[in-house]
Amino acid sequence: MLTNSPPASAAGADAHLALSGIVRRFGDVTAVAGIDLAVQRGELVTILGPSGSGKTTLLKIIAGFELPDAGVVRLQGEDITFATPAKRGIGMVFQNYALFPHLTVERNVAFPLEMRSVPRAQIRERVTAVLHLVGLGDLAARLPRELSGGQQQRVALARSVVFDPGLLLLDEPFGALDRKLREQMQLEVKRLQRRLGLTALFVTHDQEEALVLSDRIAVMSEGRIEQLGTPEEIYAHPVNWFVADFVGESNLFRGRLAADDAGRPFALIASGTRVNVPVSSFAMGSEVGVLVRPERPRLIGDGQHADNVVRGRIVEVIYVGESVKYRLRVGAASDLLVRWPFRERGGTLKAGDDVTVGWNVSDMHLVAVP
Amino acid sequence: MATAQTLEPRRSARRSEHAGPLAFASLPLAFLLLLFLVPVARLMLLSVEGGTLAHYERALTDGLYVRVLLGTLEIGLYVSLICLVLGYPVAHFLATASRREATVGFVFLLLPFWTSLLVRTYAWMVLLGRNGVVNRFLLETGVVREPLPLLYNTTGVLIGMVHVLLPFMVFPIYSIMRRVDRGLLLAAEGLGATPWKIFLRIYLPLTLPGVLAGMTLVFILSIGFYITPALLGGGRVLMIAVLIEKQVREFLDWGFASALSVVLLAAALLIYAAFRRLLRSDLQWS
Repeated sequence: MLTNSPPASAAGADAHLALSGIVRRFGDVTAVAGIDLAVQRGELVTILGPSGSGKTTLLKIIAGFELPDAGVVRLQGEDITFATPAKRGIGMVFQNYALFPHLTVERNVAFPLEMRSVPRAQIRERVTAVLHLVGLGDLAARLPRELSGGQQQRVALARSVVFDPGLLLLDEPFGALDRKLREQMQLEVKRLQRRLGLTALFVTHDQEEALVLSDRIAVMSEGRIEQLGTPEEIYAHPVNWFVADFVGESNLFRGRLAADDAGRPFALIASGTRVNVPVSSFAMGSEVGVLVRPERPRLIGDGQHADNVVRGRIVEVIYVGESVKYRLRVGAASDLLVRWPFRERGGTLKAGDDVTVGWNVSDMHLVAVP
Repeated sequence: MATAQTLEPRRSARRSEHAGPLAFASLPLAFLLLLFLVPVARLMLLSVEGGTLAHYERALTDGLYVRVLLGTLEIGLYVSLICLVLGYPVAHFLATASRREATVGFVFLLLPFWTSLLVRTYAWMVLLGRNGVVNRFLLETGVVREPLPLLYNTTGVLIGMVHVLLPFMVFPIYSIMRRVDRGLLLAAEGLGATPWKIFLRIYLPLTLPGVLAGMTLVFILSIGFYITPALLGGGRVLMIAVLIEKQVREFLDWGFASALSVVLLAAALLIYAAFRRLLRSDLQWS
C-alpha cells in the first residue's frame, strides 16, 4: 500500500480518529482490505473512490452500522470498534438526509439532544443557535417535505452537529443537489466545520468535490487506500496510474524508461515517440506511466523552445466556459488533451487547425503502471 | 374574444378526457346502482314506512336494543385492539423478513381465506368446547382443574372474530411499514436513540396511518358480524346483526329490522369519519 501517513500504531496515540488494519468481507468479496488511517483533530479528510471501492463500507464501520472482520477503530483514544452507533456520539449526514418526515425542522434538530436527556430549556437554546448558524432560523416550524433540497441538507447538517459530536461523517451529501447549490453547500459545510472545530470524514466519488473541500484526501480503490495526501499532492504528484487517472483530467501514456548520451531520461512510448521526462527514482528500462495534465502544454511559436514539442491537428473543440479543451491528434493513434483559458485562445483555434505545442519536464510526473 | 375562442375547444377536449374513464366504469356502476344502492334505499324506506319514526324511537330508547348496540361497539373495539396487538408484530415481521420468509408468512396469513367461514367457525366449536381440544389439553397437562368457559360466551366470539379479521389489520400496517425508509431508523440510532426510543419516536408514528386504517377496517367489519357471534356466542352474545336477523326471520318485522340496520350503518359511518379526521389532522406528513 502506498500512503504518506505514518504507521497507524504510531499515529494512533495522538490522532483524533485512528483506523488500523480494518478488513471487511462479504462472502468472497473483500470490500475493505486493510485500511490504516489517522485523522487529526479539526481536520477534514475525504475518502475518494469510485463506486464499489469500499468507501461507504468503511464509513459504516466508523459509524457502527457495520462491524469489521479485523482491525480497530479508535476515537479520541478510545476503542469503539464494537460500540453501538448510539454510544459513539458521531454525527452523520446521510446521502438522502434521512430527516424524520413526521417531525418539524426544530424537532428533527432537537432529536439527538432529547435522546441525551438534555434539559428542555437548553435544547431550545441550542437548536435555535444551530438553526441560525445554518441560516434556517425562520423555518423551525416547517416539516421536511416543505423544504427545498438545499434546506433539507442544512437541517441534516444542523442535526448532525447540534450535540457536539466527536466526529462528523458525511456520506455523499451533495449528490442530489444541482451544481450551483452543490458548490455553495460544499463551501458552507467547510466553513461550518472550521467554525465549530469539527473533525470530519467525508465520502464522495466526485474528485472535484474532494479537491475543493479537503485538508487531505484518501483515494480508495478495491478496498485499499491508494494514496493519502493534500489535494495539491494528489493532483500534482499521484503515486500510481489509478490515482493519476481518477483524479482530474489527464494525458497518461505508458512508456519504457531510457536515458540519452547526456544521461537525460526519456520514455519511449508505444507509438514509438520519444518523450523527455523528469528525473525519477524509477529504474532505467522499467515501464512507467507518463502524466501530463491538460493545462500544462502551451502553444509553441517559431523560435520558442520546450523540452517536448509535438505537432498535432485539432480534432475536437470542447467549450467549457472559462476555458476551452482541444483534442489534438498526434501521430497515428495517440491523442493529446489540452486545456487553455478562454481569454488566451478563445475562438482563434478550430477543428482541423494544425498546432505545435510544447511542455517542459517540470510539467510532467511519472507514475507506476499497474 | 380571441382567447375565448381558442380556449373553448380546449375546454371541451378536457371534458371529453373524463368521458373515457366514465364509459369504462359505466357497466360496474350500473350494476352497483341497480343491485346494491336501489335495494338498500328500498330497505331504508321500510324503516320509515307510514311516515313514522316509531321504529327509530324504539331502536334508540328500548333498553335491550341500546344495550346490544353498545355491546356490539364494545366487541368491535376489543376485536380491533386484539387484532392490533397481534397484527402489528406480524406485519413488522412480514415487512422486514426475507423474500422466502415473507412468502411463507403470507401463505399462513391467507390460508383462512381459502376455507369457508362456516367451516372455520365450526372448527372453533370443536376446539373451544367444554370437551374440546383446548380444554382437554389444558386439563390433561394439569394447567387447569376445571374446563375453561371458552365457547358460547364473549371469549369464544372474540377468538373467532379475531381469527377472521386479523389479516385486515395486518395488510394495511404491512403496506405502510414497507414504505418506511429503513435509513431513518439507522439515522435515529446514530443520533443516540435506544431501540425502544426508535420504536416510540420514529417507527410507531411513521406506521400510525397503517394502524388507523387497520383499526377502521376491522372495527367496521366486526360490528356487522353475524355468523361468528351467532355460532360461537351460542345465543348468549347478542350482536346487532343477530338481532336484525331475528326481527326478519322470527318476528317478520321488516320495518324495525331496517331501522336497526340504518342505526348500524350510521354508527359505522360516524366511526369512519372520526378515524378519517384523526388521520388527517395528525398525519399530514404522510
